Amino acid sequence: MSSDASKGDRIRELLATEGDAVAENTRGFNRGRIESTERLDDYEALKDDAREIKEDAIARLPELIERVRESVEANGGTVYVADDAADANRYVTELTAEERDADRLVKSKSMTSEEIEVNEALEAEGVEVVETDLGEWVLQIADEAPSHIVAPAIHKSREGISELFAERFDLDDPPETAEELTMFARERLGELIEDADVGMTGANFIAADSGTMLLVTSEGNARKTVTATDTHVAVAGVEKIVPTVEEFAPFVELIGRSGTGQDVTSYISTLTPPVESPVPDFQDDADPLADGSGDDRDFHLVLIDNGRMAMREDEQLKETLYCIRCSACSNACGNFQSVGGHAFGGETYSGGIATGWEAGIEGLDVAAEFNDLCTGCSRCVPACPVGIDIPWINTVVRDRVNRGEVESRQTDWLFEELAPDEEPAGLDLSTRIVGNYETLAKLGSLTAPAANRLADAGPVRAIAERVAGIDRRRDLPEFASESLVDWFESRGGARISADAAEREAVLYPDTATNYVDVDRGKAAVRALEALDVHVTVPDLPGSGRPPLSQGMIATAESAAEDVYAGLATHVDAGRDVVVIEPSDLAMFRSEYERFLPEASHERLAAASYDVMEYCFGLLENGGDPAALRAPAEGTGPVAAGKRVAYHPHCQGRTIGVGEHATAVMETLGYDVRVSDTECCGMAGSFGYKHDYYELSMDVGEPIREQFGDTDRTVVAAGTSCTEQIDALLGDAPMHPVELVAPRE
Amino acid sequence: MSVADRSTFKRRLDSLGVTVTEGSESACAELIDEAAGDPAVGVALADEGAGSADPALRLPDRVETDPTTAELRAAHTGVTDAELGVAAYGSVAIEADAAGTEPVSLFVDRHVVVLREADIVPDMPDAFDWLGPKARDESVDVVFATGPSATADMGGLVHGAHGPKEVHVVLLREDDADGAASGDIADGAAAGDDADGAASGDDAESEVGSDE
Repeated sequence: MSSDASKGDRIRELLATEGDAVAENTRGFNRGRIESTERLDDYEALKDDAREIKEDAIARLPELIERVRESVEANGGTVYVADDAADANRYVTELTAEERDADRLVKSKSMTSEEIEVNEALEAEGVEVVETDLGEWVLQIADEAPSHIVAPAIHKSREGISELFAERFDLDDPPETAEELTMFARERLGELIEDADVGMTGANFIAADSGTMLLVTSEGNARKTVTATDTHVAVAGVEKIVPTVEEFAPFVELIGRSGTGQDVTSYISTLTPPVESPVPDFQDDADPLADGSGDDRDFHLVLIDNGRMAMREDEQLKETLYCIRCSACSNACGNFQSVGGHAFGGETYSGGIATGWEAGIEGLDVAAEFNDLCTGCSRCVPACPVGIDIPWINTVVRDRVNRGEVESRQTDWLFEELAPDEEPAGLDLSTRIVGNYETLAKLGSLTAPAANRLADAGPVRAIAERVAGIDRRRDLPEFASESLVDWFESRGGARISADAAEREAVLYPDTATNYVDVDRGKAAVRALEALDVHVTVPDLPGSGRPPLSQGMIATAESAAEDVYAGLATHVDAGRDVVVIEPSDLAMFRSEYERFLPEASHERLAAASYDVMEYCFGLLENGGDPAALRAPAEGTGPVAAGKRVAYHPHCQGRTIGVGEHATAVMETLGYDVRVSDTECCGMAGSFGYKHDYYELSMDVGEPIREQFGDTDRTVVAAGTSCTEQIDALLGDAPMHPVELVAPRE
Repeated sequence: MSVADRSTFKRRLDSLGVTVTEGSESACAELIDEAAGDPAVGVALADEGAGSADPALRLPDRVETDPTTAELRAAHTGVTDAELGVAAYGSVAIEADAAGTEPVSLFVDRHVVVLREADIVPDMPDAFDWLGPKARDESVDVVFATGPSATADMGGLVHGAHGPKEVHVVLLREDDADGAASGDIADGAAAGDDADGAASGDDAESEVGSDE
């Protein structure tokens, strides 16, 4: 997207109004997830089980739907499979308003019911709908949408809720503390539940073998909603079905931990309705509770398709159906933490996986409105309990959005000539500039320093902001006049001969290192040679990361093939591939799996190392730490050099190479403090975009809070992290390899 | 049930702010009497397998076992049994029935849960292995309750959002298991009417659950 004033303004407004409350809550949930999952001995095995169950269930879905129908009907309930929202709402309103002639329906929290907008449908037929989840009730009173799929009102402060109650209920002395507010709501809602006619719930999971539905709750409102009413309507997407009751177990262990960091929530209701409990008659309450009224209960399960069966046929979106709506991807996401679901969300769903849901249910246009907010940092990937590759779903949707934008733009002729991408004409200009970063960098390096001067000139920046959406407050990368590859050749190539070397390595000249941050490349060569490695720096194409980040999948795929072609003979010759830029290594190890034949991907992934991971391995295998640079001995300012603040790269953390730099620096005697922030917020090109500048800076703010006053030497692995930390702290960090490499 | 499971179960309940009192089956009424506030309603404790009231597991007379809806609404405490305890989580499995176990455990401020030690299983997979056949064959409705009702939707963690504010587990061992005499009450502080602190406090459970 090029600059879109309304989008940028909306984000800036949310940052100011809701950002702090959302950040505090989601970061708390995220810390809770990490702590709670660490308490599990078999976390990864549980995730694998959960994934396998979902894969199996979605593969067998048509059969399982029929099985659920048989089971529920055998229990005395009814199943209705609704094609879409209108179909579901027609069934529910006919049942509620006409057959039951209900005045009031009470609901426990259900995102699926929000997806079909059943409240509006019921109210149009004269049925009062009361949300009984405290957070949902607050939003119903305030007429606001959830900002989070699990904790819907996290954007509202305690004070805000107190004011809302005072105004809505005309209170002179409104409840103020969390306790008072909760008890006020408990009392009000308790009365509304007592004389309700119909109870509606969602379902987190449904077992086909028994017709048992599982509800994950904490307040007890779902229990009351079901118990206090004689008619129970459950609304659930078809994807909630699992084959057997026993297969609930891994999800019960994972869902609370993954979402809000609770080992398990207060209530896991497993209902095989109609339930047996008597229906308390609060109107005629002198009769015994146990009056046999449980036999008169009625149960309707409304299974919703609404695009899901088509998603099941879509190889790329299908994975979305494995989602258990735990909210881990929201809480783990830097952008979500800053703005919440009111910006990072569609019609119903929010957070990283919402792109899949909204694309499948509402359509690409809805997904396109917020899909940009996934930067591909990948921190949600290890957090997802069913192992969904959420960044990939976002990339796929972005690619489809790109290809859908067919109207030609004036500047297209320019890029058709200049940009060697594989994308259709009409692609958004800023998307294309970033996606073709390698070409720009090459040109910039050839024409530096003129290109740098020109790029920094005021009028040029103004045009860049207006036409391409690149925020003028950002420093643009400064291109080096001699690339790493040229430097290496001009120094005469390797200093350690292959015969004398411990190992042979290809140092991959990623675009950023080759054309912009050449110094870290030189440092990497020195460090590897100090550890007796025969190093070569061949001219190789870019990894395809920038085009992939813009959803230009065909271009990225073509880059993967070119990179593999360039590296295959090296790998065949037994050379290791050493990568400095973590986002490029993540391509080799993760995304290339989708682009290369399986054997090629496995060979390249197995041969590739992060430069600090490689140094770590060399030291572990007898390399001499004394060959690298230890901190200077001394006191005062000299001693400060021993103390390091290190920000690992987001994608580096995900592929498990964030910690090697720490280990190497500690081995050499540095005192390392690691950044608590999982992604700096720059995320490649994201932070350069005018609409997202403030958001990007806000995501990075915790780094400033942690390291803003530090006298430690700041190091960071990623190029864009370097730019961001420079903007946050006023000083550009170096790569860890520059710290530990021997001096020139 | 192993000794390790029992101690894990008790430790988890403690971390959830749930009071536990223990004793032999014959001490059942006495333990419940100490745990229950006033007024109290309850459901007669079933003899496992027989499906009828177990005369050995008596409720104190002051607990109304066939309450009206009005008595339920007015009750401070609800006493029910639990079918199962899950050691690793401190969860108790409450099965809904025609006698009203679900409403009695839910529409009250304090839930007193009676659980036999022998019914403690180690972990969640065991609990769902137990539930599976019962769900398929008997269409049971079971809630796995872990600590009191909770919410954080109002700007801070509060217990007693809709359901009970406090939970008290009475853990019974079989009389002939260790020859314990009537009235043998083991460790754990019994909660009196004013023991409000028992189920609150800033424990590790910081947030609301994931309703769907």
